[in-house]
Amino acid sequence: MAILVIAEHDNHSLKGATRHSIAAAGELGGDIHLLVAGQNCETAAKFGQSVPRVSLVKWVELDNPSAENLANLVTSLSPSYTHVVAAATTYGKDWLPRVAAQLGVAQISDVVRIESPDTFVRPIYAGSLWTRVRSLDSLRILTIRTTAFEPVAEVGGMASLESLPADHAAGHSRRVSQELHTSERPDLESARIVVSGGRGLGSAEHFRELLEPLADQLNAALGASRAAVDLGYVPNDYQVGQTGKTVAPELYIAVGISGAIQHLAGMKDSKVIVAINKDAEAPIFQVADYGLVGDLNQVIPALTQAMAITG
Amino acid sequence: MKVLVPVKRVLDYNIKPRPRQDGMGVELSGLKMSMNPFDEIAMEAAVRLKEAGMAEEVIAVTCGPASSQETLRTAMALGADRSFHVESPADIEPLNVARLLAAVARRESIQLVICGKQAIDDDSNQTGQMLAALLGWPQATFASAIELDPLGTMRVTREIDGGLEIVSLRLPAVITADLRLNEPRFATLPNIMKAKKKPLDLLTPEQLEVGIQPHLQCLQVFEPPARKSGILVKDVEELVLRLRNEAKVI
Repeated sequence: MAILVIAEHDNHSLKGATRHSIAAAGELGGDIHLLVAGQNCETAAKFGQSVPRVSLVKWVELDNPSAENLANLVTSLSPSYTHVVAAATTYGKDWLPRVAAQLGVAQISDVVRIESPDTFVRPIYAGSLWTRVRSLDSLRILTIRTTAFEPVAEVGGMASLESLPADHAAGHSRRVSQELHTSERPDLESARIVVSGGRGLGSAEHFRELLEPLADQLNAALGASRAAVDLGYVPNDYQVGQTGKTVAPELYIAVGISGAIQHLAGMKDSKVIVAINKDAEAPIFQVADYGLVGDLNQVIPALTQAMAITG
Repeated sequence: MKVLVPVKRVLDYNIKPRPRQDGMGVELSGLKMSMNPFDEIAMEAAVRLKEAGMAEEVIAVTCGPASSQETLRTAMALGADRSFHVESPADIEPLNVARLLAAVARRESIQLVICGKQAIDDDSNQTGQMLAALLGWPQATFASAIELDPLGTMRVTREIDGGLEIVSLRLPAVITADLRLNEPRFATLPNIMKAKKKPLDLLTPEQLEVGIQPHLQCLQVFEPPARKSGILVKDVEELVLRLRNEAKVI
């Protein structure tokens, strides 16, 4: 028996989350098959062949890669596997539960530890608590928290490629358009350094004026707390936390973020955390490796300048 | 059109959860419970459809022990016309909740279900999608805007990684609400009083002919490994030195 990993891709190349999913699947034991399903996704499928640990890439053309059609496809493939694994991103979270429901099995969301093929640890309550659960189903459907599994390398594998019959189902829902924010900055979920801002920035203008130069200097991604999103300082996909993204960069700099548990849920696995806040009592300091209490208007420009000198 | 809104009673988001003494669950006794915040957003979306003349009736439903009825009263104070309480254990799994909701949706000839995208207690983010699958309906998850035309076609804006996506789908359908879909209203005192008189009907899994056997066994609930506490630095200069020489991250 083997494990089916669902690739996340843009039809041309694989997204980073896929390599985390493959690493997690590697801990389950068994051959790993990678499913690449989408519209004109042959290039992405070929990329999949070079990912270490994958023995077989299954490639399917879908006329309409809607949640319903993806779920139907994976439901039909699942019975020959012990596990189906996808990343807990907005892609995997969208339709993998449909597969579980159609097969009458549980889905285990956001797995952070694989203890055995049937026992998993996952965060609950915004990561304030963890729970260890055992699956009583014979097929286990998991989404994994990418930051909890070191990704496999991009190349080094030599998987075979199997093309499955194209699926022409129209389905009931269809994408009309996509508006993706383009940025010169690294992607929030894979950046080595993240600079994140909160309510303490005070306004959208201030957020940009203070944090963009610092992020530029560090080649960092920009993130935000839910408060900053709610106040309209930045778009929702900047959000780090329970209902946003989970990040674990080498360095996370939290600026003007008080540190509600919902925010900590999304960043406390970062290797080094710096907190800068004018309020010495802010809970963010409890998780920070380095805390600096001060006025953001002075500290942030000074820090940006110091980084420029450091190069 | 009838709209169904599932609501869940959860530990209030301001309260720090702790494991129960026996380590087999979360301590809830004596603590403030509230409606899951995403369900409030879902309820608001449904009530706005009714106010806009697009829906005839908004029905709230919850699965849980008797105490969950207080969440249904809140839902009716926020604008639901009536509600169902499906009696079940507090720790019922998303798949079993979805099965119960599917049975209620069929029974009530529901055309649209609006759910919160996740409950802030177990953070599973599954029930809406599972419900859509069990009903064989299309879905639009993580919605930040809904446009419904009189012929039953919807355009839903979805929050996805990296930006937004607009999907088009036809009723009947399931939508799950994200944070920015709306700002829920507060229940006013007169509405809280009126809600006490609105119909709240009891149902059991047996009446709905749904089995709710568990698929998961909880072995333990515990505190995750804590980060060791750090230090306060006195100024930017010290911060940069430490990041460079001690942490070696810049």
